[in-house]
Amino acid sequence: MKAPKFPQQVISLAIIFAILLGGLIAARILLVPKSFGKYGHYRADAADEVASLDIKYAGYKACLECHDDIYVIKEKSNHRGLSCEVCHGAAAKHIEAPDEFVPDAPRGRGYCPLCHGYNPSRPTGFPQIITLQHNPGKPCMTCHNPHNPLLPHSPEECSACHREIASQKRVSHHSSLPCEKCHTVPARHTTDPRSALPKKPTTREFCGGCHDKNAASPKEIPRIELASHGGRYLCWECHYPHHPEAK
Amino acid sequence: MKENKSEKPNRREFLLSCSKAIPLTGALFFPLSAARLLLAQESGDYDPTVHNYGMGIDIHKCIGCGRCAAACKTENNVPLEPHYFRTWVERYVLPSEGEALVDSPNGGIDGFPEMNEDIDTLRSFFVPKLCNHCTNAPCVQVCPVGATFITRDGVVLVDEKYCVGCRYCIQACPYGARFLHPEKKVADKCTFCYHRLAKGLLPACVEVCPTQARVFGEVGQQSSPLRRFLRFNDVIVLKSSLNTLPKVYYAGADGEVR
Ligand code: HEC
Ligand code: HEC
Ligand code: HEC
Ligand code: HEC
Ligand code: HEC
Ligand code: HEC
Ligand code: HEC
Ligand code: HEC
Repeated sequence: MKAPKFPQQVISLAIIFAILLGGLIAARILLVPKSFGKYGHYRADAADEVASLDIKYAGYKACLECHDDIYVIKEKSNHRGLSCEVCHGAAAKHIEAPDEFVPDAPRGRGYCPLCHGYNPSRPTGFPQIITLQHNPGKPCMTCHNPHNPLLPHSPEECSACHREIASQKRVSHHSSLPCEKCHTVPARHTTDPRSALPKKPTTREFCGGCHDKNAASPKEIPRIELASHGGRYLCWECHYPHHPEAK
Repeated sequence: MKENKSEKPNRREFLLSCSKAIPLTGALFFPLSAARLLLAQESGDYDPTVHNYGMGIDIHKCIGCGRCAAACKTENNVPLEPHYFRTWVERYVLPSEGEALVDSPNGGIDGFPEMNEDIDTLRSFFVPKLCNHCTNAPCVQVCPVGATFITRDGVVLVDEKYCVGCRYCIQACPYGARFLHPEKKVADKCTFCYHRLAKGLLPACVEVCPTQARVFGEVGQQSSPLRRFLRFNDVIVLKSSLNTLPKVYYAGADGEVR
């Protein structure tokens, strides 16, 4: 049998095809990075490159070696949850060269209110001040040790930590009722709040004590029929006790 | 017709001869893929395959101090100006009627201005946001060059050497977690501080959070703070209807949080 003779067109096409193929292979070898596709459709080395970046925050554990005195004080205080670097800024450089790079300390009145300035959106229970009214003109540190912000005396007002509730109550029909009328507050609650939570009313009869039509309470208090008003629901399922408006 | 045939091949013959090139092509590509398999060897002592990272965020605990957003910018060299963030804090104000009002001036870093007094507010709270490190990440799917990917430890990263800056991923992210880095001109986003994880440290935002509103850990392991967080809280993920399977879990968030 005679060897197949390729027509001219096929040969030209084959050459073009070979050049394209060669080009493609060369392009792949040259352009596709070495580790591409090792674990998936990406350059595996990229993950290592990100992982090898330098850190700026050393983490509080790194401070213990030299400043454990401060750590020990802070751990027992209400600032125990705070990392050193949230106030002193990123300090990885300080760990490497403690004398050359010394971290800053927020000594002015501007920094603490980022956390402690009154803001109604903050969760209730978080200690807040109205910065302009709270001992104006003096740096916070004159009265509060930042590493142990134990209060000179415990706050007299519940509004220190429950300002949003207090300010709602102030403009409500219950403005004349002190918080303690409805909540029994253990003394410890104002110094270590979460370790001793106040009691809250639990029954309809509690509100009925003032509001039932037969209750022995001042005349001006609006009355309801305790047995029927509101059905079986607890009163505060309909009325917000800190701002009870009958509408 | 017959004369034609002797001079030019018909379609059948042409295809037949072309098909002879196929085994040749295969033979050329085979060594390439074999070489790639050989290259795939482990290196380093950090083993990514045993990890799968996620984050829990407790909205009841967030005080909106914005320290996380500030620390993130420092740790990751995110430009201070203009308005780019890898993590930021949003304030939600739910009025008695109508849609939630959301704002995040400078990511919450400088605090929040007073609320509008005219609104009859039902509830208001802060929501820290960041890349959700989705298991089913739309950004990874749309990247035309394979420059954004999920690492073996479950973190979505951007390959900044390979990114062409086409912004498809920025468009595709339903959480607005990506931006075009103004200097590098590549996509940029939260990495869960991947460089810190490899060194056994927590992400910077978690390190500085004063109320432990952010919980970082392993999704799959029993002994992980995230595990407890998931056990004791009713958590949601953002925009679950999109089936992106995020790994940032929110406790205390209601349907208003998007
Ligand atoms: C290797 C020991 C070492 C470690 C670790 C270390 N420090 Fe220091 N630090 C020092 C020394 C020494 C000084 C005193 C430097 C001076 O005053 O010149 C100092 C001073 C400071 C100061 C004082 C600045 C001032 O205004 O007086 C602060 C704040 C501080 N360190 C914070 C930190 C924090 C935060 C960390 C952890 C991230 C840390 N340090 C870890 C050794 C250390
Ligand atoms: C609430 C913010 C805050 C936190 C959290 C905090 N510091 Fe400070 N720190 C300050 C301030 C403010 C000063 C300046 C005090 C002064 O000048 O009287 C200071 C001063 C210091 C000093 C120098 C003066 C001194 O008292 O010896 C060191 C060292 C220091 N801090 C280390 C630490 C370390 C270590 C931690 C973590 C365990 C830490 N700080 C956590 C705010 C903070
Ligand atoms: C990053 C946020 C943050 C910063 C900055 C901060 N604090 Fe605090 N502070 C807290 C947290 C969290 C608590 C604990 C609240 C709790 O127990 O619920 C706290 C507690 C306190 C308390 C105790 C209140 C009480 O009733 O016991 C005082 C006082 C206080 N801080 C003062 C300061 C001062 C002064 C500064 C500035 C040097 C400061 N804080 C900076 C977060 C912060
Ligand atoms: C002149 C001393 C003084 C200065 C300055 C001062 N405080 Fe106070 N602070 C107190 C006292 C006393 C209390 C105790 C409770 C009270 O009287 O309300 C207190 C209470 C607090 C509380 C608990 C909430 C409350 O209302 O009781 C916080 C938070 C607080 N201060 C933060 C700050 C911050 C932040 C600064 C700086 C901007 C600052 N303080 C400056 C004396 C001071
Ligand atoms: C030092 C800050 C602080 C002060 C002062 C304070 N509280 Fe609290 N309070 C808290 C914290 C923190 C919580 C817990 C909030 C939480 O669990 O989210 C709380 C919770 C409560 C609760 C809810 C308990 C529950 O079971 O849900 C009541 C009621 C309460 N406080 C009443 C008061 C009253 C009344 C006063 C004034 C006598 C007061 N508090 C003063 C910090 C404070
Ligand atoms: C008329 C009685 C009454 C008074 C006065 C009152 N409370 Fe309450 N409080 C309640 C009841 C009832 C609940 C439980 C509400 C519920 O579970 O829906 C409650 C719940 C709370 C809670 C936890 C839930 C919440 O609403 O955030 C806090 C904190 C609280 N009160 C603080 C205060 C403070 C601070 C004051 C004083 C400024 C105060 N209360 C005054 C009846 C009262
Ligand atoms: C110590 C007595 C006392 C207790 C206990 C008490 N209240 Fe009241 N309540 C009052 C007084 C006083 C007023 C205001 C009357 C006025 O406006 O002059 C009032 C008003 C109201 C109003 C009427 C508001 C309106 O729009 O007229 C409602 C609703 C109400 N309280 C609900 C409650 C609920 C719910 C509780 C239980 C959590 C409760 N109260 C417990 C004394 C009390
Ligand atoms: C199912 C919801 C519901 C519950 C539960 C409920 N209330 Fe009311 N309450 C209302 C409504 C609605 C009004 C206003 C219309 C009316 O007067 O009936 C009102 C009105 C009132 C008033 C004002 C009456 C007046 O004459 O101005 C008082 C006081 C009151 N409630 C107290 C209570 C107390 C105390 C309880 C618990 C024993 C309670 N409510 C439980 C829905 C409720």
